[in-house]
Amino acid sequence: MFRRIDAAVLQATDRKVRVTVDGTALECREGDSVAAALFAAGVLACRDTAVSGAARGPYCMMGICYDCLVRIDGRPNQQACMARVRDGMTVERQHGAREVAA
Amino acid sequence: MTAASTSRLPVFDVAVIGGGLVGSAVAYGLRGSVGTIAVLDEGDIALRASRGNFGLVWLQSKGYGMGAYSRWTLNSTRLWPKLAAGLLQETGIDVALEQKGGLTPLMGDYEIEARLAWVNTLMSQPGVEPYEWKFLDHHQAASLVPGLGPDVTGAIWTPHDGIVNPLKLLRAFHTAFSTSGVEYLPHHGITDIVQQPGGDFVLTTPNGTVRARKIVLAGGLRNGDLGRMVGIDLPMAPQRGQILVLERTRRLLDTPMVTLRQNDEGSWLVGDSQEEAGYAEQVTTLPILATLADRAVRTLPALRDVRAVRAWSALRVRAKDGFPVYEQSATHPGAFIVTCHSGVTLAATHAMHLAPMIAAGELPPELATFSTRRFHVQTH
Repeated sequence: MFRRIDAAVLQATDRKVRVTVDGTALECREGDSVAAALFAAGVLACRDTAVSGAARGPYCMMGICYDCLVRIDGRPNQQACMARVRDGMTVERQHGAREVAA
Repeated sequence: MTAASTSRLPVFDVAVIGGGLVGSAVAYGLRGSVGTIAVLDEGDIALRASRGNFGLVWLQSKGYGMGAYSRWTLNSTRLWPKLAAGLLQETGIDVALEQKGGLTPLMGDYEIEARLAWVNTLMSQPGVEPYEWKFLDHHQAASLVPGLGPDVTGAIWTPHDGIVNPLKLLRAFHTAFSTSGVEYLPHHGITDIVQQPGGDFVLTTPNGTVRARKIVLAGGLRNGDLGRMVGIDLPMAPQRGQILVLERTRRLLDTPMVTLRQNDEGSWLVGDSQEEAGYAEQVTTLPILATLADRAVRTLPALRDVRAVRAWSALRVRAKDGFPVYEQSATHPGAFIVTCHSGVTLAATHAMHLAPMIAAGELPPELATFSTRRFHVQTH
């Protein structure tokens, strides 16, 4: 019924991927979601909410709660749990509500 | 609450049946002039337009075919600032009322001509109190809506139109009840109404009986059934509306449109679909949502990059002709019926104008237009 997650051990040997998080270089593993990479790096809060400005971080890890919003390569309000890390990716904290260019 | 505990309640001066925006506004307004008030509501699973609506405080689309409805609506838009200020003072809840004017966007000559003819007919009806409105060309409309799409070739504008946050409005009413002694009774859907010889009403619910000297039927789409229990024949015709919600953004749209608004907290609502779909409110349909989205993006092209996060459908509460119904039962005096499509827009007049009439026990002649007699005209 229960088995070891061999995939996790295997993944530790996967290729390294380098992104920057708010200007700081971060080494992650290929296949990581952005949210997983943030957690692994000890980043718990990745945005400030649109209404009260409270700090929030990844919660559901499956695309439902929208608490892990970040800017990815300049695009606002991206769900960190639904995006895979890519070499050279720029991840930034989402400060409040995104803007819309009229 | 158990049957026994409900049945031990005193005889209320007024029992309002329905805890949505219409019943709540009436109950809120009754407080100044009657002693004890109960609000009987269904549970969480109910046909609840109050939690599915668009939240416009809107005049310009109202009253085509019944001039008195336009005047009644105009009056409510004038009373709205007082209602919002009173709720803020009493409950601390800011319902986010904004009355900076609103637009009906029009795309192409056909829509413009048809709407201008419609508005001119509306304004020329007896009973309409004239109010300021303008046709704006694209450039004039774009001065109110930064980034307005080129497909919007014109718009109808009035200074009277605006928006509110309808969920905060419902919460503010209920907060006021809890601090001012109004007895809110959820899970008290009505199964029977009997008027006793002395005039008191006995309301039967799955959780016991409630007694009251007067009753107000504000049960939304259930008002057809409730009306029959007190001798009022009210033909209902629900109309489904679907709404698409876009993610929160910084404020961009200060002039709301009948089909597109931005909430006080940044979300966008795209709406105004109208379907005859019986009582099927637990579905949304792709063709309607796609049409809504397409029109929103043509109205404000910048929304192309803004993500849709939710969609829902709800049923508009409508009498057969779409106009409000206010009436005291002829066979059950003391029983009043209140039905309308615009529980948000009319909330102010329901609280400050209609509620005192109900408290006084009589609806004045100016409201006779709104009785169900209009559905039962003798034809021979």
